[in-house]
Amino acid sequence: MKALRGYLLTGPAFALFAGLLILPLGLTLVLSFNVFDYNTGVDADAYTLDHYAEVFGDSYFYEVFFRTLWISALTTLLCVLIGVPEAYILSRMKAPWRSVFLILILTPLLISVVVRAFGWSLLLGADGLVNQAIQALGGNPVKLLYTPFAVVIALVHVMLPFMVIPVWTSLQRLDPLAEQAALSLGASQATVMRKVVLPQILPGVLSGSLIVFGLAASSFAIPGLLGGRRLKMVATLIYDQYLAELNWPLGATVAVLLLVLNLVVMLTWNRIIERRYKKALG
Amino acid sequence: MAFLSLEGLTKRYADVAAVADTNLTIEKGEFVSLLGPSGCGKTTTLQMIAGFVDVTEGRIVLDGRDVTHAKPSSRGLGVVFQSYALFPHMTVADNVAFGLLMRKVAKSERDERVRKALSLVRLDAHAERYPRELSGGQRQRVALARALVITPPVLLLDEPLSNLDANLREEMQYEIRRIQREVGITTLMVTHDQSEALSISDRVVVMEAGRITQIDAPYRLYEHPRTRFISDFVGKANLVGGRAGSAGQQEVCKVGEGDFQLSLRPEKIRLTEVGQGLLDGEIRTRFFLGSQWLYRVETPLGELTVVRPNEGSLPLEDGTRVGLVWSTELLRPLEEDVRA
Repeated sequence: MKALRGYLLTGPAFALFAGLLILPLGLTLVLSFNVFDYNTGVDADAYTLDHYAEVFGDSYFYEVFFRTLWISALTTLLCVLIGVPEAYILSRMKAPWRSVFLILILTPLLISVVVRAFGWSLLLGADGLVNQAIQALGGNPVKLLYTPFAVVIALVHVMLPFMVIPVWTSLQRLDPLAEQAALSLGASQATVMRKVVLPQILPGVLSGSLIVFGLAASSFAIPGLLGGRRLKMVATLIYDQYLAELNWPLGATVAVLLLVLNLVVMLTWNRIIERRYKKALG
Repeated sequence: MAFLSLEGLTKRYADVAAVADTNLTIEKGEFVSLLGPSGCGKTTTLQMIAGFVDVTEGRIVLDGRDVTHAKPSSRGLGVVFQSYALFPHMTVADNVAFGLLMRKVAKSERDERVRKALSLVRLDAHAERYPRELSGGQRQRVALARALVITPPVLLLDEPLSNLDANLREEMQYEIRRIQREVGITTLMVTHDQSEALSISDRVVVMEAGRITQIDAPYRLYEHPRTRFISDFVGKANLVGGRAGSAGQQEVCKVGEGDFQLSLRPEKIRLTEVGQGLLDGEIRTRFFLGSQWLYRVETPLGELTVVRPNEGSLPLEDGTRVGLVWSTELLRPLEEDVRA
């Protein structure tokens, strides 16, 4: 009786979860095996492995997947390098300023990614502010927009809060006196960071990097607007397959593969870190 | 020759002096307590000695070396914090080894010294545990071992026992004293607990509002409190008006009319038959403290607190009329309190 009530209470959440996540994912998975013909469209009753064969057989797909991987990895790395010190400084700030800066870090989340991407394209365009500045200083204009550089810089900008917040949370649990203790035992400030602070905030860095990597690898608006027609990432490739080529099954195949790849990378990363620090981090 | 001396040490935050013109000398091997209510500047003083707080004025001299502006890492002092401040991601042994690692002590010697330090605090069996797997008292011992293993010239203890429950606190008091004697280390402990300060220190320094108001051995401090505040803060005291003067060498006090405040410790008052004492009174309430009975007695001088040992006979009932008697040489004249 009690067990039944428990299931009933979790029912609404489960229905939401099933309806909005499991069902569409299942349909996408089924779709990726459906036969597709350019003249007749999708044949929902016929199944084939052709789309998977096509993806695995075409170097173009490898190129896009590889690019997505390294851009996401680089974005994650940059977010760690910028976000961790940022969170540390934030946590050491005094009362009024800390809230002010925390809000400053979070406000970008309130602005649409599309708007921010357009902002970057205004800055980085052939006639944008950056190039104007370079020319004013006597340099030659540089191609910035529609390069991986533009995509990475905008992704880092968008993803940074997702790194700062979990790291900041784990910094809150630190005993600041432990740092003083380390100093009194003869450690330099750098050693205190490396041996005392960093190991303790590693879980925050880990979850932050998982969020950033996952969001970057499946990001759509930024590569779409700042990568242009040529510089494809997996999400924009899927979009092309669905809406330009109208080849839904192939799009579904790429989507399924992106999901699998994302899961594999994230689980491996999680496993490596946890195995190394499980005992110490409890 | 003082081992650690504070000369006119002052710390000001904006216009407020947290510590003002503090002078203190500590001999080698001595155990000194800084006692005071919260906000009296005792912790700030300790933090200045440790190097965590900048000194506004004055000097700190350690073993002949001026360390007023030295970095905490170069002072080499052992510090034990109220929250223990252990490194939660390291084992007990690694925590203790940290200071030796920073000093680049070779592995074999390091292991040996960690082992010795852990056996000093009786934690040999817990070397491979993590701090979260230990009890409060055990964490406290780890913190002590970690501070002692680097053989610091001075050990600084910041409210080391205030996070422990009463029984454990008493046990750790003896433990800290035992270890301090065994190692012979010069120790400065900050505490707001007078019984802690009295029981384990060689000398107690009382601080009030950023200033030192009395420095004495525990017994002398208890028996001869200088001010009204100290007589109340260190132990219990009955404050009565009276006169104080001297007859020859002897200081003579008398209860009654007069512009002096006199302190009379509750256990110095004996109860006797009505009319037999210096004063008659009526017992208002009594409290059972286990080893003692505490009576509140209404007298013409006001309500007086009397503490009598529990000698196995039944106590006096509330409402009993009694006589109170004490020897007048136990009355202590008090000075006016310092103002913040």
